[in-house]
Amino acid sequence: MANGIPTGATPARAVWWRDPRWRSLIYQAIALAAVVAVGWYLVDNTLSNMERRGITSGFDFLSNTAGFDIIQALVPYSATSTYGSVFLVGLINTLLIAAVGVVFATMLGFIIGVARLSSNWLISTLATIYIETFRNIPLLLQILFWYHAVLKPLPGPRESINFLDVIFVNNRGLYLPLPGFNQAFLPVFVVLVAGIVGTIMLRRWSRKRQAATGQLFPVVRWGLFAILGLPALVFVLMSFISGPPMEFGIAKLTGFNFEGGMVVIPEFVALLVALSVYTAAFIAEAVRSGIQAVSHGQTEAAYALGVRPAPTMKLIIIPQAMRVIIPQLTNQYLNLTKNSSLAVFIAYPDLVAVFMGTSLNQTGQAVEIVAMTMAIYLTISLVTSAVMNWYNARISLVER
Amino acid sequence: MKRLITVGIAAGLAVAVTAAAKADTLENIKKAGVLKCGVSQGLPGFSNPDNKGAWTGIDVDYCKALAAAILGDAKKVKYVPLSAKVRFTALQSGEIDVLSRNTTWTFTRDTGLGLNFVGVLYYDGQGFMVRKKLGVKSAKQLSGAAVCTNTGTTTELNVSDYFRSNGLKYKVVAFEKADEVVAAYDAGRCDVYTTDRSGLAAQRTKLKNPAAHVVLPEIISKEPLGPLVRQGDDKFFNIAKWVLNALLTAEELGVTSGNAGAMMKSKNPEIRRLLGSEGNLGAKIGLDKEWAARAIKAVGNYAEMYKRNVTPLGLARGVNKLWSNGGLLYSPPFR
Repeated sequence: MANGIPTGATPARAVWWRDPRWRSLIYQAIALAAVVAVGWYLVDNTLSNMERRGITSGFDFLSNTAGFDIIQALVPYSATSTYGSVFLVGLINTLLIAAVGVVFATMLGFIIGVARLSSNWLISTLATIYIETFRNIPLLLQILFWYHAVLKPLPGPRESINFLDVIFVNNRGLYLPLPGFNQAFLPVFVVLVAGIVGTIMLRRWSRKRQAATGQLFPVVRWGLFAILGLPALVFVLMSFISGPPMEFGIAKLTGFNFEGGMVVIPEFVALLVALSVYTAAFIAEAVRSGIQAVSHGQTEAAYALGVRPAPTMKLIIIPQAMRVIIPQLTNQYLNLTKNSSLAVFIAYPDLVAVFMGTSLNQTGQAVEIVAMTMAIYLTISLVTSAVMNWYNARISLVER
Repeated sequence: MKRLITVGIAAGLAVAVTAAAKADTLENIKKAGVLKCGVSQGLPGFSNPDNKGAWTGIDVDYCKALAAAILGDAKKVKYVPLSAKVRFTALQSGEIDVLSRNTTWTFTRDTGLGLNFVGVLYYDGQGFMVRKKLGVKSAKQLSGAAVCTNTGTTTELNVSDYFRSNGLKYKVVAFEKADEVVAAYDAGRCDVYTTDRSGLAAQRTKLKNPAAHVVLPEIISKEPLGPLVRQGDDKFFNIAKWVLNALLTAEELGVTSGNAGAMMKSKNPEIRRLLGSEGNLGAKIGLDKEWAARAIKAVGNYAEMYKRNVTPLGLARGVNKLWSNGGLLYSPPFR
């Protein structure tokens, strides 16, 4: 008290706007109001300007007839379908290329990434060359390269490369038999599902047993038997009892092109190869950095305990490396999905090509269509990162 | 606090007022001293950069004529190459003043986009090109064919209508850029290349062996190609419309880039009105007397434009002759 510093008594209450809690609340409210006001102003200005200039707006166009065809549609689509269907077809095509691309890029990326760390000089140098080449060439050039690399050497439909009169390859696509199932397939399907469920349960049981007793169980071998072997057995059995459970629609050359069967168009192949090869170079670097982030002492400790190199990698290094790899992997998955919009350059009918391209031009409703497309890409990206974050949290080091 | 709000409101108002200021295209062009003209990304005969980077073509000539009429100099044009996809947005947003990009005049485009078609610069129709060795004589034989084309054009709709109404099957492969369509067709991805017949003639020159291909006789659509301006600015719409008419009327009256100066002294009153030596038609559209004379001196009349740009593609004038010669070109009188 003697030196004038109040000790016990509460200080005099400040005026409310000097109170930091109030002040921060007020600033936040102002900031929010400003954002809402600017957003409202932009939307209102756009709408009134569009109305003044006589530009049609609204989402009614989604139920209008589109009038054009699309080369690859996984849901029923024809020229008489609506713009809403165009949106769906484009979205599914985008998801298809992204999903398949992610799988291929991951597999290739892991192989290259591990190869880069190989003690074999040739393998590690080849991996380095691969990474430095493909990640330093613009993706669009790679897409165009692969497209023409796929198209040029292939013959026309009348000179197709023919595998046993069942599979045909030409510059219009890869024609595969289209499997059709009948009732006799039902038991095969049931056995298949049972096999998958059984394998998952077997894996859980073997993990528990390993944790308790340290004994290993050959899950892969038994799993393969349950998922592939048993259904195949039932398939053969059913063939004897009630005829073949599957019938194949085989493509046939009629006029200019093949009809029937299942076709993989060259645009899809080129885009898939380009996206996978390009993204794999980045994933390889992520994998390398993840593995190098695990202290070498871990490997040495494992070797000292007599663990062989392969199980060391699989059970000790990779699980720890994953914690570093996953966040980078998420970025690459998002990049691959967004990069797939370059499809329009080689006529692959993705969302940007058919919806933000053709539909936008036919209807002229740029604002609505661009907004919808942006919302979709945002949604795909958020869902992807949510899934990856969940996986990341699951495998991250649990500290007790 | 109060001051903050006041500042915020003032700023908001300022933005609103600036945005609300009405755009006068003619004033903007004069102020900028340059006409911004949207063209294609390269279509020989219509709008195509030559080996020195200078734009040529009949669509480009229209822009030059418009610049000569408004600014007195055909060189004062800024060419903005646009894909089929973004062309209308570029005009709507004011990025360009006029769109002269082999664009088909349709009901939806004229009414739904807030744009106005000025007139028709070239009457076209969609056709098919195939390899000679296929031995196809008619488009009716094309069932099951793979068809290459551009995205975002009327072409895609026409081809669908044609095959559907004739009960034929086909597969469409649609590319963003015309050069990619040509490359894919040349690589054998498609049996058929379809676009406007003028486009077929122009793009054919880019094929490895142009002589190995044949254009089928069928014309499956009407494609009146013409320039567009923004809706709601009637003054500029009138200028754009009558510059086009002046080029047609010049051919009809025999006025050329070479004789336009001498023709001012002609005895024909319509020639005198067109070139500004009698009356003052220019004042009615906000220009001076000699606006049309300058436009004609810059690019010539329609016949000269056609001969310079389209004839080298091997396309005869056909329906693009004057009405008096049995064609469709017809300008309202200058009176």
